[in-house]
Amino acid sequence: MNAATDTSVASASLPMTKALNAGLRQAMQDDPKVLLMGEDIGPLGGVFRVTEGLIAEFGDKRVLDTPLAESGIIGTAIGLAMRGFRPVCEIQFDGFVFPGFDQITSQLARMRNRHEGGLIMPVVIRIPYGGHIGSIEHHQESPEAYFAHTPGLRVVSPSNPHDAYWMMQEAIASDDPVIFFEPKSRYWPKGEVRFGESGTPLHASRVASAGTDVTVVGHGAMVSVLLQAAELAATEGISLEVIDLRSISPIDYGPILGSVAKTGRLVVTQEAPGFVSVGSEIAATVAERAFYTLEAPVLRVSGFDTPFPPAAVETHFLPSPDRVLEAVDRALAY
Amino acid sequence: MISPNGAFEPNAAAEEFLPYLNRLTEADHRRFYHDMVVVRKFDTEAANLQRQGQLALWVPSHGQEAAQVGSAYATRPQDHVFPSYREHVVGMIRGLDVVDILRMLRGVTLGGWVPEEHGNFHLYTLVLASQTLHSTGYAMGMQLDGSTATGNPETDQAVIVYYGDGASSQGDANEALVFAASYQTPQVFFLQNNHWAISVPVARQSRTPLYLRAGGFGMPGTQIDGNDVLASFAVTAKSMDDARSGQGPSLIEALTYRVGAHTTADDPTKYRDPEELAYWVARDPIVRFRSYLQGRGIEQEFLDAVDEEAADFAADARRRALEITGPEQSVIFDNVYAEPHPLVAEQKAWLERYEASFDEGKN
Repeated sequence: MNAATDTSVASASLPMTKALNAGLRQAMQDDPKVLLMGEDIGPLGGVFRVTEGLIAEFGDKRVLDTPLAESGIIGTAIGLAMRGFRPVCEIQFDGFVFPGFDQITSQLARMRNRHEGGLIMPVVIRIPYGGHIGSIEHHQESPEAYFAHTPGLRVVSPSNPHDAYWMMQEAIASDDPVIFFEPKSRYWPKGEVRFGESGTPLHASRVASAGTDVTVVGHGAMVSVLLQAAELAATEGISLEVIDLRSISPIDYGPILGSVAKTGRLVVTQEAPGFVSVGSEIAATVAERAFYTLEAPVLRVSGFDTPFPPAAVETHFLPSPDRVLEAVDRALAY
Repeated sequence: MISPNGAFEPNAAAEEFLPYLNRLTEADHRRFYHDMVVVRKFDTEAANLQRQGQLALWVPSHGQEAAQVGSAYATRPQDHVFPSYREHVVGMIRGLDVVDILRMLRGVTLGGWVPEEHGNFHLYTLVLASQTLHSTGYAMGMQLDGSTATGNPETDQAVIVYYGDGASSQGDANEALVFAASYQTPQVFFLQNNHWAISVPVARQSRTPLYLRAGGFGMPGTQIDGNDVLASFAVTAKSMDDARSGQGPSLIEALTYRVGAHTTADDPTKYRDPEELAYWVARDPIVRFRSYLQGRGIEQEFLDAVDEEAADFAADARRRALEITGPEQSVIFDNVYAEPHPLVAEQKAWLERYEASFDEGKN
């Protein structure tokens, strides 16, 4: 077992798994009502090791290895939240959340509303999501739009270890249910985590790389694809402004509209299928609010409207830097 | 314990539960009878209100009064109760004003009450068996915060959750039993087998008596005559005692019958055999307990007074149901989130401006 991350230093270079682990540990230290639930999250530390070492540190009353039943995990977490706990549930993989979908959408999301404000539902549901890891069916999906469509839920996704550390703590501190999408393909690359800073607000989007010609927006693992695209575009003299959405519900439109006011061109990107997607929502809203500043139609780059394909062809399914740049070229052609 | 003709004839299986009857005083017996009669009358009145267009829907409890009254009186004030949506008298016994139930069915609220202010009687849950998991999680919380199994029966807590034969087929009900057994939660699963899930008979839900399923999950299961209020009380009292004292969860299957329709939108004459209905009407829980009390010499004046109180209660509920008003349109947006949410705030403000624009037009 690896030693706990030292968060007393100003900063450290960590993979996202360790940053999430450190964020969970900090939240558990800060509030004794925080507890973790999920499959294999105890001695194993989760299949991605995000909860590694936490059962040893906090015991099996704070880290609950549960029976293998997603609806059971979410449904009992709701009961625990009614009792005053702040459960953090791990869903093992994106495609396994659906057995718990009813409890999330019909119960968790509405519980405060049904109680006319008489209770809070501080439940975090962590979902490793997305492709690029060459895995089998139901292990590479991006189901965030289902949850963003459900009133009562908050939906976020960090793109880097620093945000992962802070957003995890902010999500746990929220009195509302938060669906926390963790981009699996970004679990392992290291990035600087600045423990000494305070985090950006949970639902704020941010400019990840400033530019002037075309605004490109994405969340989770797409952000690193967009940053690569920006580097490639720069070699051709095209300046992309990359916006990291961070929050999918609600969406912070300030930086997006500010950027579009400057560039007049917007490409929205996501791994998920594009039909009725987060990208569609952003495209519609920007068209409503920034119509006269747009020099080109808002374009979407998405996964195709198909099931996530066999991993052998996933690179053809997932938006690549080239696919993003193809859309950038189209936007600039107007 | 009480035979259909009202005689006290406990069978061999009932013996271990008989000591729990010693907890009951004559006043308790009268209260049981009173509450069963009152809720029957209220239930009829509420169905009438629906027929008259005053409620969107009504969910009758006719026939299930003994199962509900007996089990409800087996709870202690510190316990928590997770109902399905037909446990009106359980709510009454826990301190809920029945008009709060009518508020939900009149379409002015999605909930209706604050559980902690009404005997820890939680909200009705309309998606079948969802509440079983909530109850199990809640009971896990009692364990984690040290509120149960301390050895003090005056403060140790437990949970009782109500569900039915139809809901027993749901995945959530089964997952709740798995979690409850795994964590040995302090709770009782009170399964009212009223024999019909709308139009589908219990035989389609299960080929085995439902109480036998408990053993497969690793907890005790007991089948009771759910139309015998004393059996319902005694068996639930033992099970709740066991739960509070750290002996884990258990399941009670109360055999009863939904004499009325599933809801006021249902027509059971399309799918039920009148002979079956007649069989169960002859085993009516109120008639049976009245015979039992008469056998013990209860005075007719008491029975008459209860009928009168029930009529008054129902009339009062009707009067107050018709006075239910609201809510304000802002309820659409309030309490969707605990913390500020820009989209909801924008839409709330927009609707206010939009509706105000009609007033401006009048000036």
